[in-house]
Parts: sequence; C-alpha cells; structure tokens
Amino acid sequence: MSRRRPRPVVVVDAESTNPPGLLEQIAAVGRRSVTRTLRQRALLVFPLVFPLILFAINGSSLSAATKIPGFPTNSYRAFALALPFIQGSLFVAVTTGTDLARDIETGFFNRLALTPLQGPALLLGQLGGSLVLACIQAVVYLLVGLATGVVIVTGVGGAFVLLALAILIAFAFGSLGALLALRFGTGEAVQGIFPLLFVTVFLSSSSLPRNLIKVTWFRDVATYNPVSYLIEGIRSLIITGWDGQALALGFGFAVLLLVITLGLASAAMRTRLVRT
Amino acid sequence: MFVARGVAWRSIHNTLVSPAILLPSIIFPLFFLVAFAGGLSRLADVPNFHYPPGYTAFQFVFVFLQSAAFGGVFTGFAVARDFDSGFARRLLLSAPRRSGIIAGYAIGALLRWMITGTVVTIAALIAGMNVDGSASELVGLLGLGIVFNFVSALWGCGLAMFLRTEQAGAVIQMPVFVLLFLAPVYVPLPLLTGWIHDVARLNPATVVLEAGRGLLAASPVKVGLAFILLAAAAALLAVFARRGLASAERAG
Repeated sequence: MSRRRPRPVVVVDAESTNPPGLLEQIAAVGRRSVTRTLRQRALLVFPLVFPLILFAINGSSLSAATKIPGFPTNSYRAFALALPFIQGSLFVAVTTGTDLARDIETGFFNRLALTPLQGPALLLGQLGGSLVLACIQAVVYLLVGLATGVVIVTGVGGAFVLLALAILIAFAFGSLGALLALRFGTGEAVQGIFPLLFVTVFLSSSSLPRNLIKVTWFRDVATYNPVSYLIEGIRSLIITGWDGQALALGFGFAVLLLVITLGLASAAMRTRLVRT
Repeated sequence: MFVARGVAWRSIHNTLVSPAILLPSIIFPLFFLVAFAGGLSRLADVPNFHYPPGYTAFQFVFVFLQSAAFGGVFTGFAVARDFDSGFARRLLLSAPRRSGIIAGYAIGALLRWMITGTVVTIAALIAGMNVDGSASELVGLLGLGIVFNFVSALWGCGLAMFLRTEQAGAVIQMPVFVLLFLAPVYVPLPLLTGWIHDVARLNPATVVLEAGRGLLAASPVKVGLAFILLAAAAALLAVFARRGLASAERAG
C-alpha cells in the first residue's frame, strides 16, 4: 500500500535565488490553515452547534417579546436569526487565535520566521482557515434559518448580501483573534478573552431593538456598542428590507474592525518576528 | 471526613488564589443578571406577565440558581484538571476512604458558590431588586440553591471521573446549560408557546425555578415538589458519581 508523501508548505527551487511571490506564500500558508481547520472536527462542530442551540431556545423562549408594542416583527425567530452569525464570529476569533497561538507555542512560528516568508503572507495565510470557517458557518446559519420558517424580506439578493456581511464580520473577528494571539502568544490568553467578547454581544441590541430597551443605561451602552450595528445590519436584511443606514453602519463597522485589527496584527507580527 | 476536608480545603484554596478560576464563575452570572434583568426588562410589559416583585427579581432567581448549578459544573472542570495533571491519581492512592474525595469536591463546590451567590445577590439588591419573601422563604430559596449546587457537583464530579480529561468540559457543561435554558427563563411558563412550552412543562428545572420565584415573591408554589425532585436527582447522581470514582479507580 502506497503512502501519500506530505506536501511541502512552499515549493522552493533549490537552484533559484528568487523566493516565491507574496501571493504564492499566502496561498501556501492559507492552504495549511484551511486544512488544519477542516481537520479539527470538534472545532468546526461546536462553533456551529452552540449558536444554533441558543437560536432554537431563545427563538421560542422570547417569542412573547413580539407582543411588546412597537416590536418590529411578529416572528421572534426572524428577529433572533442575526445573533448566531455574530456568536459564530466570536468562535472564529477564538479558533483563529488559538490556532495561531499554538503555532507560536510549539515553535512552528519561529521556524517559519527563519524562512523567506513575508510577515503579511504569514498573517493573511493564517486567516485562511478563519475565512473558510466563516463561510461554512454563514451558509449553515442561513439555511437553518430558512428551514425553520424565517423569511428573508429582501429576497435572494438580500440573502447574498447577508452572507457577504456575515463573512466580513467573521473575518474581522478572525483578525481580532490573530491579533490577540500575536500580542499574548498563548492559547490560554486568547480563550480567556472570549468571555469579554461574549459580553459585548450581551450588552447590545441582540435580544430587543434598542428603542424597546427599558433600562436607560443599558440602552446607552447598546447604542455605543458597535456590535449592535453589526447585528442590526444583518437583521435589517431579514426583517426590515433594504435599509441603507443599517447596512452602511453594519458594513462600516465591520470594515473598521477589520482594518484596525489587521493593522494592529501586522504591527504585532513585525514585533514578534523581530523578537524571533 | 479527613479526606473530604482536605479535598474541600484544596478546592477552595485553589479557587481563591487563582483569579482565572474564580473570576469567570463570578463574572458570568453577573453578566447574565445585567443582560437579562437590564436588557429584557421590557418583557414585564407583555400582557399577562405577572410577577409582583418585578423583572429584576424574576431574573435574579434564575441567575442565582444558575450560578449554583455552574458552581457544581466548575468543580467538575477542576476534577478533570486534577486528572490531567496527575494529581487525582495520587489522591486516589493516598486517600484511605475514597468516597471522601467526592464529598470534598462537593463541599468545595458549595463554598465556591457561596462566594458567587453572595456577589450576585448584592448586585441584584444594588440594581433595585424587590424582595417580598419572608426570612424563612428566603432560607427556602437558599436551600434550593444549595441542593441544586450539590446535584450539579455530583454530575460534574461523576462525569469528570468517567472521562478524566479537561476536554470533557463541554460535555459536563452543555447538558446543564441546555436543561436550565429549556426552563421558563425569560417569561413565566404560561406565556411560553410552541415546543418550548411543552419541553419546559416537563423539565424538572422548571419546578425548581418556579419554586424559587414563588419564594422570593412570598407566594410559594411547588416548593415541596422541587426539593423532592432535587433529592431524587441527588440520589441518582450520587450513584453516578460513585461509579465514576470506581471507573477512575479501575483505570488506576
């Protein structure tokens, strides 16, 4: 029986003095990241299932909320569908951060640093796995929502925009996970931050629209919390229709989070490579 | 008793000296209290929602009992961690009477929850929670929490001793989490509709939750039944935990 030989991360011609191009480097590191993500079934299943369990329970438990005067829809399940996308994004952050931290802890990162691999390639490649996870999650959550009777009022086009926004948000949170891993260097530290990330979802408009939150300080916190706008961007496509302001805020905050976290992660990467 | 005292002391000592262990068990219930009592208080305006002490008190009982249950779950994590580090095996070798190990972990769980329960109660009072129940009714609520904590500690210890790895954390936690959230968390049982109403009606955690809410509101309901159910669960899970211990003994 023949055994498959492991594929090298980057094929380099020993005779050549030219290192592989940036895109090739990103692809090579990304391929490894994607393979690792897909091989860790437990890491794939839990982030998928946990938000769906909460969606199933809260979608029914909180259905009485639709009787509050001014509630924007008569289906709490439709209202709640935005939440799994955000919770799944938090899991993407943890998965990405933990994987990168493990590379740092095991010394794999140090060995890569000795190769001609460029910092941006290493960072963007490592995010390949989180992108795949984000895509899988977004599609599954949408399909589960549709299967449970949720109607996307913006139709097929809206569903595609929703997927794009959800994937962008998850990728931004994946970058945040990478930043945490690069700054702290341990998986334990990354996982320790997870409860704090979760808190930002609690303190948002995740369970009720902001105008229906009765406690003033909570409503103020939810208003200043960017997570509210990420949720509301996705939610608008499901229950409101084409709401330009909600979408602009949703995409705007997602891009802002991505730019900030990627920028800081790049700086942290440079520092870590210098340390190495 | 000597073994139980030693294990309990170690358990509470580890909790107190390690913020990484203590803080999550305090912070999580606090955030549940803030998020539910603060963010969802408008639910009290839903027609036919009737709980005189108010929504903060309504949610406090859930968070109080949830923190009791998770005190036990976190102890299960500690047992699993002790097996991963090899400490539990040394403990099994050195303990003259091994059932004292379970008792020690259970006492540790109770002491740990006492800290969390106190913090959650103070936070709820600061948030303006109304307490209508008499002193004896509040003792009844505390009793529910203590027995609930004991039941979940037996579950956590038993399962951790069967699985003997920290990776068992999700398996220990998830059934307790789901059981609690399949009870009437946000609104009273009559206001639930659909499948969640049918499930909540049959869920034993619903009885415990309703009993707790009744005691805080000075209108006790199903208190006896709640204690009977918890006692039955404790008896069953004591057997389960003892078998887990036997499994760990066989594994060496």
